[in-house]
Order: sequence, then C-alpha cells, then structure tokens
Amino acid sequence: MPDTPRAGRYSVFAIAREALRQHTGWKRAWASPEPKARYKVIVVGAGGHGLATAYYLGKNFGITDVAVIEKGWLGGGNTGRNTTIIRSNYLQDPSAALYEKARSLYENLSQDLNYNIMFSPRGLIMLAQTEHEIRGYKRTVYANNLQGVATEWLDPQQLKAKVPIINLDGPRYPVLGGLYQARGGTARHDAVAWGYARACSDMGMHIIQNCEVTGVETEAGQVRAVNTSKGRIGCDKLAIVVAGHSSQLAEMAGFRLPIESVALQALVSEPIKPCMDVVVMANTVHGYMSQSDKGEMVIGGGTDGFNNFTQRGSWQHVEETVRALIETFPMISRLKMLRQWGGIVDMTGDRSPILSTTPVGGIFVNCGWGTGGFKAIPGSGWAMAELVAKGTPGPLAADFGLNRFREGRFIDESVAAGVAH
Amino acid sequence: MLILTCPYCGVNAEETELHPGGEAHLARIGPNGTDDEFEAYLFARKNAKGVHFERWRHAYGCGKWFLAARCTATLQVFGTYRAQTPHPPADIVEAIRKARPDWTPDWTPAEGTAE
Repeated sequence: MPDTPRAGRYSVFAIAREALRQHTGWKRAWASPEPKARYKVIVVGAGGHGLATAYYLGKNFGITDVAVIEKGWLGGGNTGRNTTIIRSNYLQDPSAALYEKARSLYENLSQDLNYNIMFSPRGLIMLAQTEHEIRGYKRTVYANNLQGVATEWLDPQQLKAKVPIINLDGPRYPVLGGLYQARGGTARHDAVAWGYARACSDMGMHIIQNCEVTGVETEAGQVRAVNTSKGRIGCDKLAIVVAGHSSQLAEMAGFRLPIESVALQALVSEPIKPCMDVVVMANTVHGYMSQSDKGEMVIGGGTDGFNNFTQRGSWQHVEETVRALIETFPMISRLKMLRQWGGIVDMTGDRSPILSTTPVGGIFVNCGWGTGGFKAIPGSGWAMAELVAKGTPGPLAADFGLNRFREGRFIDESVAAGVAH
Repeated sequence: MLILTCPYCGVNAEETELHPGGEAHLARIGPNGTDDEFEAYLFARKNAKGVHFERWRHAYGCGKWFLAARCTATLQVFGTYRAQTPHPPADIVEAIRKARPDWTPDWTPAEGTAE
C-alpha cells in the first residue's frame, strides 16, 4: 500500500466532484506505513487520547516525527466502546479546567480536523434523586459558574419539560431536580479517532496498527526504544496512552502505577423514533442514557468492582442498570436490547486522570481516565502534547501528576462527581 | 457471572453476594518505612493481567473477609482461601501451576509452614 495517500480536503465540492465520477476518487483517510527504525516521539495507543496527543504535538509544537503504534486496530479499544457523552460539569477546579478545554475544543473539532465528528451539543442532565444529590449538584452549579463552566439547576418541572418521557415520582428514586449543562452532548466516537488519525497522517506521522509493544528498552534511566511485534523501534520520547493496559506498559518500563483495571459496560436498544433529545445521567442508580442519531437508546451502567481484563462485563450490572432506568423511564420497559459490550477502564484512587512524567526519563503517561475518558480526548491530547514536547506539564496537566498521590493532593472526583463520570 | 466459594461457610456465592476488596497480601508498612515504601503500599498496585490474588468479603453471607486466586484475563477461579496467611497456601499454588504452567510466584514459598 502506498504510504502517503494525502486524502485531500473533504468539502461539498469534493462530494460534487466524486459524484460526477462515480465516487472512484476517494482515497484512504490515513496511510499504513511500515515502522521506521527511529522516531522522535512514539505514542503507544491509537485511541482518541493517543491520536489527539500526536495531533497536538504536530499542530501546537511542530513535532511531526511521530509514530502512533497500536496493538489492535485504530479506535478499537475504549474509544469505540464508550457512550459518547461530552460534558465538563466537574466540581474540582483542575478537572473543570481540563474537561472544559476538551469540550470547547470539541465545538470546532470538525472544522479543525476537516472531518465530521458529528458533535451534537444537545444538553446534558444529571438527575438528583436523593436529598444529598440535590445539595451536591447545587454546589457543583455554584462551583461551575465560578469556573466559567455554564451549568444550571433545574427543578423537576423544568426537567420534565426537557425530558417528557421521564417519570418524576418513581417510588424508590423520585426525580428531585437536575444539574443541566446546555453545552454538553455527544459526538460520533469512531469519527473522533478517524479524524485525528487522518490529520496526523496528513502531517506525515506514522500510524502503525497491529503492532503490539512487548518491551520497553531503557538505558541509564532513559528510554531508548520499544520492542514490538514489528521489531525494535527507537525513540527519544515515549508517551504511554493505553488506558486499561497502562499497568502492563508501566511494568515493561520498570515502574508501577496507582491504577486498577476494571470492566465497564454499555448496551444499546433497538432503534425507535426520536423520544429524548438530551443526555440523561442518573448517578444514584448507576445508569445513563441518550438516543443516538440512528434512534437506538444508548445505555451505560456501572463498573465491575474487581480487576478484570475481559471486555465483557457482568450480567447483573445490565440487570441493575436497566431495572433502575425502567423506573425513571417507564416507556423503555418493552425495548429489546440489541448489543451489549464491555471495555477495560483504568481507575485511579481519586477517580481523576494521570498526565505525568514517570521515574524513567523520556517516558510520559496519560492514563487513569477511568469511566469518563471520551469527553476529555481533545483536552487530554492538548495537555499531553505540551507535557511531551516540553518535558514538564503545562497549566492544564500540572495538578494531574503522579506525585499527587505521594503528596496527598488528590483531585477527589470520586466524591465530587459520584460514580459515573 | 463470577462464583466464589466462601472458605469459611462453604457457600458457593455469586458475585452479587460478595464485595470485592482489591489486591491481597499487601505488606503493611510500619512507622519505620520510607516515603517510597508507604506510597507504594497505599497506591501502587500490580493490576496483573493473569494470575491475581485478591480480597473478597462474603457481604450477604457470613460477612467474613477471604482471599481468592483468579485469572483477570479469563475470569477462571483457581481457588479461595482464608485471609490469615501472608502468602497463598500450597494447594492454591499447586492449582495455579496446573492451570498456568509458565506462572511463577513472586514470593518465596516457605517450606513446611502452616497456612
């Protein structure tokens, strides 16, 4: 396969031109070259975060001698397995800054990448179903307004107006109000990975799929190369952006991370007519739901509590999630579920990500996004690129270093944001 | 669905009856430990993909904490055992070796010690 397809710009004129020649002129969106012997930067993991890291390395810092290597296929991990929710209504200042950066980048990402990521800022509501949640979410609204993140509190009647299919007076979990972020929403998750990959490839970066890292070569505390299923590839800097397998990569490089991997699962129903044009999350009962453009109800649930690398999930979580959602949305009780799947998420103790230097010189980690990484992809890549390019974190990443555990500076979203985030 | 046998009451409990408690056999670091040791004890985890020893509580049963040896890549259970032991007992090690011939313990099994 030729390794520089240079897909050309996508536009209405390109569609018209291709329509006239029976769509024979479309090129592959990104090249699939064989690896070179050496790169300035190697990013391990061609999911959203890895590709965004590479993209902003090129765009913001002019570093294009970059390879993104991937064990499986591009975007085949958690990037293609999440429920595509985008929001930034976090309580703690460092989180709000990072996630709001990501959300604001999502707004123009289609134009920036010249690739339609189908960003749909349809609004997002987190339901308050206990008195404690009312207090917690009102506090988050106040915090968000100080942070410059536009959120507001909805009373039950305002909420019902936005979500007509909701049942406000469930016997067990009545809906008492909600935290509303009008600029939250969803995007096409695969397209985010594909768009970044195409843009990276256009900058001359190498995206190498089906290439598993089997070892990390270090010399005098400095990274030298990675050994892969396609041979040894040298590098000056190495960015480990592999979500659920972060501990395994860290072990190859000789250090441990405060990470445990668990399965998070989701399911979608058969497609139905449009019935809900916002994203609704119910954190007390571990369920969240939105309607995709195809009409399927996309439902996410809670994580397994035990370490797990099988991309499956447990049946009782499906039951628990669906049971809770049926009380709040009685009309979905007769929906058939089409598909169920799991992804392996990397959980930190404080449920906040890690963007950090490591004990090995030249190795940087971007992990710990846990159950909520998709929404953060552009901001994560932006902050990680700065960290990799300069060797020290910029303002967005500064609070997310590994040293926060040693120093007791947790960014405690596990308490602040509840479970699903 | 994960099913573990509680070594205290002998019940074959499925996962909704149990509460997971994370990695087992963490050596507690005392007052003389260094900052590095204490940080590692509190936060750094093996998070093994494969053979994993972990704590479970028979929450909706006898209420006791016990330990399990399990493969995190396949969900195969090698066995469960009582929590009052610094390392997995010999029969558990034997069961793991049988199922995973290339696995080696990362501790030195002491000869002749009681569980």
